[in-house]
Amino acid sequence: MAIKGFKNHPYIPNSVPEVQQEMLKEIGLNSLEELHAEVPEELKLKENMNLPKAFQSEYELRRHVEGLLKKNKSCNEYLNFLGAGCWQHYVPAICDEINSRGEFLTAYGGEAYNDFGRFQSLFEYQSLMAELVDMEVVNVPTMDWAQAAATAVRMASRIVDRKEVLVPRAMDPEKFLIMKNYCDPDITLIPVDYDKDTGLMDLEDLKNKLSSKTAAVYFENPSYLGFIEVNGQKISDMAHEVGALSVVGVDPSSLGVLEPPVRYGANIVCGDLQPLGIHMNYGGGQAGFIATMDEEKYVMEYPSRLFGIAPTIVEGEYGFGDVAYDRTSFGNHREHGKEYVGTQAALWGITAGVYLATMGPRGMEELGQNILQKSQYAINRLNSIKGVIGSRFNTVNFKEFVVDFNATGKTVKEINRELLAKGIFGGKDLSSEFPEMGQCALYCVTEIHTKTDIDRLITAIEEILHS
Amino acid sequence: MKRINRNFKVRNFHQAKWDEPIIFELSNKGERGILVPKAEEEIEKTVGDGLSALPENMKRKEAPNLPEISQPRVLRHYMRLSQETLGADVNIEIGQGTCTVKYSPKINEALARLPEMTELHPLQDESTVQGILEIMYKTDLYMREISGMDRFTFQPSGGSQAIMTMASIVRNYFREKGEEEQRDEIITTIYSHPSDAAAPAVKGYKIIYIHPDEEGYPDFEAFKEAVSERTAAFIVANPEDTGVYNPRVKEFTELVHKAGGLCCYDQANANGLLGITRAKEAGFDMCFFNLHKTFSTPHGCGGPAVGATGVTKALEKYLPAPLIDYDGEKYFLNYEVTNNPYSIGKVRLFNGVAPVVLKAYAWIMSMGAEGLYEVAKVAVLNNNYLFKKLMEIDCVDAPYIRGKQRVEQVRYSLEKLTKDTGITTGDIQRRMMDFGMHYWTSHHPYYVPEPATLEPTETPSKEDLDEYIETLKHIFKEAYESPEIIKTAPHRSVCHQIDESGMDDPEKWAITWRTYLKKYKE
Repeated sequence: MAIKGFKNHPYIPNSVPEVQQEMLKEIGLNSLEELHAEVPEELKLKENMNLPKAFQSEYELRRHVEGLLKKNKSCNEYLNFLGAGCWQHYVPAICDEINSRGEFLTAYGGEAYNDFGRFQSLFEYQSLMAELVDMEVVNVPTMDWAQAAATAVRMASRIVDRKEVLVPRAMDPEKFLIMKNYCDPDITLIPVDYDKDTGLMDLEDLKNKLSSKTAAVYFENPSYLGFIEVNGQKISDMAHEVGALSVVGVDPSSLGVLEPPVRYGANIVCGDLQPLGIHMNYGGGQAGFIATMDEEKYVMEYPSRLFGIAPTIVEGEYGFGDVAYDRTSFGNHREHGKEYVGTQAALWGITAGVYLATMGPRGMEELGQNILQKSQYAINRLNSIKGVIGSRFNTVNFKEFVVDFNATGKTVKEINRELLAKGIFGGKDLSSEFPEMGQCALYCVTEIHTKTDIDRLITAIEEILHS
Repeated sequence: MKRINRNFKVRNFHQAKWDEPIIFELSNKGERGILVPKAEEEIEKTVGDGLSALPENMKRKEAPNLPEISQPRVLRHYMRLSQETLGADVNIEIGQGTCTVKYSPKINEALARLPEMTELHPLQDESTVQGILEIMYKTDLYMREISGMDRFTFQPSGGSQAIMTMASIVRNYFREKGEEEQRDEIITTIYSHPSDAAAPAVKGYKIIYIHPDEEGYPDFEAFKEAVSERTAAFIVANPEDTGVYNPRVKEFTELVHKAGGLCCYDQANANGLLGITRAKEAGFDMCFFNLHKTFSTPHGCGGPAVGATGVTKALEKYLPAPLIDYDGEKYFLNYEVTNNPYSIGKVRLFNGVAPVVLKAYAWIMSMGAEGLYEVAKVAVLNNNYLFKKLMEIDCVDAPYIRGKQRVEQVRYSLEKLTKDTGITTGDIQRRMMDFGMHYWTSHHPYYVPEPATLEPTETPSKEDLDEYIETLKHIFKEAYESPEIIKTAPHRSVCHQIDESGMDDPEKWAITWRTYLKKYKE
């Protein structure tokens, strides 16, 4: 059986046979089969691949994919309290409008002469994000928070020339795995215990593990489990005392109300952009940022592209370009550059820029306050349910909190199954990640939750536990 | 009115130029871009202002210095910036070699923006995400068929992260075999992507480069010398970025296997090979496809993207978790296959970049096997047509194999033009923008002198190709007759020649607006 092609395909102008003949003649060939002459016969497929037949119209394709997607239950339909690194926030319509623009959507690697708008909007993103974290340099985004944190600790390791990094044991185990793989084989991650009442980093354990080998202490604010690490300054000071750097991961949606990490000693700050105007996308909306001060020793360790503003030969014009390009693996030194660079998450950077420009300082402050109020309200109401502790840790939380169901006689799995039947996604089950906590779940409350939503959750849990 | 003559050789183009301020310059105190929902009165009654619960040392003392801009002004600003960006939707996209910038169908984007995709949380109960899991699982099956591999992960969020993933698998594979210390070298070629060297270097490998022989194939004699008991893996693109396909690839992979190493295929250049030949038959143990390139999900200014990474059955256990599977009744996240100490664990949060996978799925479903074959044939036809026409021009050359076909792209050399006129490939690149076109030189360092890497893909029509060729001819003519116009180009872009002299100077570089204001006081 010979291999067949798909003639007159709408996406392929030159799939028209007459045009193909004309072009083949031009290059001295008679048929398409004569192309690929360089591929040895024994490596060539002799039949068409075994794939489903193509839909014959765009309409049929749409019906098919829409049909598949209808099998999903989205968080528009169900009431969602899942967070744990991907958070449901309101996405201003303007964010989607801009990231749907074909010019941005289909641009890639052009110079500033071609892609001036791409350079300017990413420079602006860097600048807006720098204001939010109160630092001076921000990269073109990397894949996600985990990659940003992994690169941040590699940067720290190069800067201080040491190979141990201390991390909180109460961090996201999946993020830990990503960092561990990226740091392997030369950098060791050492978990530091947490205080079981507060969740905060155990300073005694930290002290014991800090040494002249420590490159950095990495911690998060708010933490994976939602509590605010109030000892940020102490942790940074302790790191600095042994000559290590303080690397802090941060949820940017908190920074309208929470002190930026640089104010408590952070040298490198990182985090995820997804809360800034990007849909959850089943985890496809993550994008990582890294920020530092504008010191050469930091800037020269970024593997990412850093877009800089520059003059042109015409007065009154700005241009843009790559700062210290040879630092990157795209430059002349390839693998001797810093880590590697490539396609990452630029469109989400532009989107986060649009979000921050739209929200402004008041918007970010109100967002933070709103989240604080609503999450505190949810904790308060959960506490009213017999056997439930709204927040296991006696520290202040932002957006997420650990709900303790140990005294209810039911497992989180059972409770979540029943919540699901009521159209509610309960918080993330922590029982396998943190078995020492027993039956606990990580709940997330943001500005999208109304009082009615929270009350509905409370009623549902009441019913599950006590009726 | 006289009808306009469309029989032009080069386009009378001018890029949109809005002289748009930096966004901070648009700020007017008091303007709001959007209002945020407030907590209801009863919530406020119950918990107060929320802020007072914060410890004093953690409260933000100064509001972030973000601009204050009303919504229509924010929108207009970004719309103008988008107009100042030459995406593939608006230009004849031939000039970004190695990037496979093809048509990204609008229907696929529309589908990926439905709330049943965008509003999914990655930790939702599996029963509520059967649709997206089915799409990801089936895309895995199709990738298996296209490559001959046995299992794919969609966690790597770009080609470079896919290479890092492959290098991580290599390391853990030899760790399990107890050969980790011994096998500390990875071999690649100079015309594979720089990340094929850079990402394994992060994983601690020493990189050995194979240079091309006279014909442009990776030098087999040098390769034989390089392969040893220290070889962990061979990571290579085929065709390489020159568009030269190495017909002896199987001998290369056999040699590595004989020495106990693994073979990893960088398939960034797969577009010309879909349905023609596969990773498996060439003897590779792993490969990856850039879904944002070969499978049309757009490039998005540089991501979100996926470097779908596939492995043979023997290497499945080293993949990052979870894999997406089907038990005959339902789709589920499989943590079992990788539940061993030598799995690389994870490379991206959650389960992969789902909307990108969805778009690739929709693209495959609009193509079928016959469509993918047509893509490969037309991409190669377009490229060899362009190749033939450009090689007829006196100042254009393409080193290596003579009189033979290239696959989907060609790395040309304009060395003669530079010698004759002083005009460099970088000059041509800027001048091409005056006609609304991309033109890319090469990765660094330039192994081909005065390089230009062009990859037409299957997307342009014959007329588009002819326009691109005519534009280059026009500029080459200018180079001999009036080089000044090229040296001072661009003339019809958003900005004129950029003075990049400060980009390597810590005193002068400005990576954010706040550092610009600090360094460049009026």
